[in-house]
Amino acid sequence: MMNGPERPLFDVEEMEISFGPQHPATHGVLRLQMKLDGERIVEAKPIIGYLHRGTEKLFETMTFPACIPHTDRLDYVNAAHNNQGFCITMEKLLGISIPPRAAYLRMILAELQRLASHLVWLATHAVDIGAITPFFYTFRERDEILDLFEEYCGARLTLNTMKIGGLPFELPEGWLDRCAKFVDAFPAHIDEYETLLTTNRIWKRRTVGVGVISPEDAINMGLTGPPLRGSGIEWDIRKVFPYDRYDEVEFDVPIGTNCDTYDRYLVRLEEMRQSIRILRQCLEKLPEGPIMAKAPKVLRSPEGMVYASVESPKGELGYFIVATEKGTTPYRCRVRPPSFVNLQALPQMVKGSLVADMMAVIGTLDIVLGEIDR
Amino acid sequence: MSDDKPTPNTDEPVTGAEVDKAAEIAAAKAKVAEEAPPKNPWEEKPVPPVHSDAMDDDDVVALEGLVVSADLFTGTVTATVEAEKILDVCRFLKEERGYAFLVDLTAIDWPEREEGRFDIIYWLHRHEDSKRLRLRAILAEDQAIESVESIWGAANWMEREVYDLFGVIFENHPGLERILTWEGFNGHPLRKDFPVEGIDTGAAIYPDVYPPGGGPIVADEGEGA
Repeated sequence: MMNGPERPLFDVEEMEISFGPQHPATHGVLRLQMKLDGERIVEAKPIIGYLHRGTEKLFETMTFPACIPHTDRLDYVNAAHNNQGFCITMEKLLGISIPPRAAYLRMILAELQRLASHLVWLATHAVDIGAITPFFYTFRERDEILDLFEEYCGARLTLNTMKIGGLPFELPEGWLDRCAKFVDAFPAHIDEYETLLTTNRIWKRRTVGVGVISPEDAINMGLTGPPLRGSGIEWDIRKVFPYDRYDEVEFDVPIGTNCDTYDRYLVRLEEMRQSIRILRQCLEKLPEGPIMAKAPKVLRSPEGMVYASVESPKGELGYFIVATEKGTTPYRCRVRPPSFVNLQALPQMVKGSLVADMMAVIGTLDIVLGEIDR
Repeated sequence: MSDDKPTPNTDEPVTGAEVDKAAEIAAAKAKVAEEAPPKNPWEEKPVPPVHSDAMDDDDVVALEGLVVSADLFTGTVTATVEAEKILDVCRFLKEERGYAFLVDLTAIDWPEREEGRFDIIYWLHRHEDSKRLRLRAILAEDQAIESVESIWGAANWMEREVYDLFGVIFENHPGLERILTWEGFNGHPLRKDFPVEGIDTGAAIYPDVYPPGGGPIVADEGEGA
């Protein structure tokens, strides 16, 4: 429109494009309806629900412990946090306090899971933007974590490894040594990823200044987790509402300053370092003792509403359970999925940017459609 | 749970010798309990949390007459407010009380309840002192509620989800469409009268509200579905 509205230089029409749901860069079955002005995005509208399995409805039909395997399937690259969120909510409802050894083991599992989840994020985020090498590096380490999980509970992805009141299994022999070996070796691997990306000129051109969201908008849109911290707000459930024994370990909450994709990348890398720090302290402090609290065989709830949340790698993952007097099933169980709320900010973050930048923004939000659609 | 079952022999007459024996056992148990070190919290029988009144909470007091009742359970205040005034309450809480963050918005279906069928739950957070407050608005089945999207942008999709899964209408919402199920889906899956096994479009449970059509399962006459 350089010559004024009445005599446009080029007569450009807006083009409508449907992106996904069968597209590898959408991290699952996300569909975006976009209005494009050439290469620029005028409007992007996410369409979700392709993976809706009615998990919240299913919860209403099964007993409290039977819900736990279903929580694995919500955020399937991050099963441990889903288990943990459901278990701490139920423990809050029933008034169970878990033994310290169980709490520390939960933290070890959760932090290993955070590493695994962030490694998947880094791999897919980098591939989306065009850097395929980090994928091979990160999946090598992720596999070691999954091997540790497999050795502990027999599953690699859908762990189902926590019980209301503690943990179902004691550690196998030598597991802690192997875990400690991994923890000692891992920081060097983070440096390795950094040599590939952090100062890489192409990586910086693709991420710096892309997908900017101001702190005010981030709060207004309800962002949590790394997207919120990337916008400079120090906010971590592990610090604010400590669960299990997070109040007994020391760690920092990294925050960004430029509110862009590159800062969120740095925040997540630093989070991995902090996870290693937590893991070291947990392995050192791990007390002896029982791993299950004294909980009744059949769990019967008091009447009321209860909510508890954990800091999942994606943000605040909360469970809201409504229970009836002496009930054995949840009357209503709502999952507060971090990806669902974070994805809502996507249209705002990509407005006016190039189509190619949208891949970067989808990657940086670190969404998992299993959790969004439930 | 074993505690709930009536113990056998309760109604049978108790002999004198048995009474003596029982007293002896009780005395011995008390002695052991005295000598034993205090138990750790995870070894005790769990004590469920109890409800208490929370009308003296500062936020509830600040809302003055707008709160119908307030309840404290597991450390959280649930303030019940009138559904008609939800927009005023939310705006006041955001602007005057610093609740800048909407954590969650959801609904609960109580089909048999007299006061109204739906509870709409708002879960607010204040960053300054990390305080959380839960609001509850009770709605009748055919009653609509004002959208809070203008106050917290995050409410947009959450309200769409409640509309999709419960059929609650949010007035002045910028685009109240189904979000998890598809356009043309019959019924609202999280209502208690919606069957868990699902429905196909040929067996719509709300045929007058949602005319049949759309969806992946289209029952064909004669083939059965």
